[in-house]
Parts: sequence; C-alpha cells; structure tokens
Amino acid sequence: MTNRAEMTRRDILKSGAAVATLTLAPGVTLMTFGGSEANAAKADAGKRWGLLIDANKCDANCSDCVTACKTENGWGNDGGEHSSPETESAWIRKVTLRDKNTGRQVSAPVMCQHCESPPCVDVCPTGASMQRVDGIVLVDKHICIGCRYCMMACPFKARSFVHSDVPEQSVNAPRGKGVVESCTLCVHRVDKGRIPACVEACEASGNSAILFGDLKDPDSPISKALKQYPSIALRADLELNPGVRYQNL
Amino acid sequence: MRLILAIMVLLGLSLPLHAQSGALPEVPKATGEPHPEGNEYWRKNHMVLLRHDRDLTLREGEREEIQASLQSCFDCHTVRDEAGEPVTVSDERHFCRVCHDFAAVKPDCFTCHRSTPSDNVANRLMAKPEEPNSIAAYLERLKALEASEAEASQ
Repeated sequence: MTNRAEMTRRDILKSGAAVATLTLAPGVTLMTFGGSEANAAKADAGKRWGLLIDANKCDANCSDCVTACKTENGWGNDGGEHSSPETESAWIRKVTLRDKNTGRQVSAPVMCQHCESPPCVDVCPTGASMQRVDGIVLVDKHICIGCRYCMMACPFKARSFVHSDVPEQSVNAPRGKGVVESCTLCVHRVDKGRIPACVEACEASGNSAILFGDLKDPDSPISKALKQYPSIALRADLELNPGVRYQNL
Repeated sequence: MRLILAIMVLLGLSLPLHAQSGALPEVPKATGEPHPEGNEYWRKNHMVLLRHDRDLTLREGEREEIQASLQSCFDCHTVRDEAGEPVTVSDERHFCRVCHDFAAVKPDCFTCHRSTPSDNVANRLMAKPEEPNSIAAYLERLKALEASEAEASQ
C-alpha cells in the first residue's frame, strides 16, 4: 500500500512516466498515462455484458434465479411500516405469458435489461442513473435523490424504490432507504471474474435457461447463439438495444 | 522506533487526562497494522479518501487498486459488545459514532452500507479459473456442452 499522505504532484508525474504510446497513423498518436497492469481490473470498454434467456428452457415452477438474486443482494425481505407488497423491491421477477388464441404459456425472468440507450439514464436529473463502459446500467446511490423519474422511464418495470430502513445489508450490494435500485448484473461478481448469481442458480437448477457472456466478442457462446438462432429484445420498438435478449418467448 | 515509543508515551499521558475531563472522545482501539499515513491524517481526511474510491469503484469498476473500503475499515475498526458480537452503527459505541457523535456530524454511509464486518468475503478476491462460478470455468462448461451436442447430432 502506498502512503497517500506523501503522494505528491511529483509522484503522480512519476507514475505517469510509463507513458504508453500508440501510433494510429503517421503523426497521430494516442497516449495514455500510467497505462499499467493495474488499470486492467477496471470495467472494460471492449466488452459488453449481456444475457440470453431461453423461455423454452425456463421452468414455470422454478424461481431459483429470483431466490439467488435475493440471497446475493439482500432484497425481498424489507418490510417496515412504509412498505407494502406493491412497493417491495423486485430486481428480478418471473413473468408468465399466455397466448390467448393458442393457450401456449411461457415463463421467463425479467430484470434490468441493461439497455445500450437506457431511458433511465436519459431522465436522471443528477447523473446517478448511469451506464458503465461495459454496458452495465447502475444507480449511483451516493448521488441518487430518490426522485424516481427512472422508474417512470423504464419500460421494463425493472427499478424499485426502497421505502424503509435496511439494517445490516449484504456487502455485495449496498442498499438503503430513499434511493432507487435495480439489477446490477451482479457487478460485484463480474468485476471479480465471476458469473451473476441468477446465471449460476439457473445452471444449478438444471435448466440452464440463462446464458451469460460478452456481446462484443463474436466468438463468445452468447454471440454465437444470437447469430445462429432467432431472438428478441423486449419492446424492440423502442430501439433501446438491451443487453438482455430472449428466445422462444 | 524511538519516535513511536515517544508518541505512545505522549498518548498514554494525554489520554487519561482527556478522558477525565471529557474533553475528547475515547477512540476505540483498533487491531492490525497502523495506517502508514498516521492517525491524524486519517482523522482529517478519511471522508475524502473514501469519496474518491467510491466513485472509482462504482463508476469505473476499479476494485483492485482500492485502498479504502468500508469493509476493510471494519477489518481493524470493529467494536464488540459484551457478547463479543460486533456492534452496529445503531449502538453509540460503534467506531464511527464515537467521534461523529462528539462532533455532531451524522455519517450517511450506513444508510446503505453495512456497518459491521461480514463473513461474506467471497468477492474480495479475483476468481481463480478453477472456481466453479468463475467466468472462465463457466465458459469451459459451455464449450464442453457445445462439443457434446455437436457429437450427439452427428
């Protein structure tokens, strides 16, 4: 650990001594300061994390993904005098669709769709609703004022507002009264090289209906599956280009 | 070493005096290595250090180079009750509250953050490829599945 009290301008300049230079064209160069291994751990702009949910594989009677999400992130058991069943947090929920003509019924989980052009980010007055460079859409609760514009803007009903005090949160997901929250694509796990909790639980249930991967990598299993088989985005008419896609819905 | 001894002697002399007069709060003893920057620096700047790192972590996904996180604070700065359980921020003996109550400044951290240490340390370290829930192991399983499906279809 470096001693930050002694970190001076001189030290900062020294750390920038390792200047990585990339020549784009003769006379045009890209320079990054302090481009070291340490920066590799940050959210990677070369990636876009996404999910592909196969409704045919999703068991209508199984809600392991929801349970796993609750356990991982510590929501779903808030109670409190200002809470009601209608306003309980729901980062992920099982939705059942029934075709009136044919009677065909399918079930699939719906969570934050991690849009490329997220309406929740557009409407946020403080910049709390934000998108990371790898496509994960988050709420910066440090600056969220709880206005809930994003909840109105989200076409997927993916965001929740916490109405009561939350004692002793999970270290995985800080959450508290007065701010909006939603699926983080288990960002705390993804940043540490782990798959989201819902994906792990779905695989463990034997259904393997959720496929997780990098949408920008053409060789990733999710990209290959999207290329090979038909899939849809929820509310495709809004052209939000969500990172969560569905098959056989 | 001599300097540290001198400071310790000074602290030893000054603390009981303050405690008697009630002039300053009695900061709970911490465990572990002391901060290289010294306690005075941290007392003055902890909020600045934490604020900088929170933005790096949340907005940029920087989790490796983080030097200050609330959970790592509690590695050393945990106050335990009579039963040996860590006290939460609702207890006035909590490490943060001792000074904050004295200064009449309410820390907002614990509206959302956990105020006690947690057994859940699984996500503190990078996943090793052999861990079953690592992305690497997951992709390997998918690859194996694809291979077996291709074989079955032939």
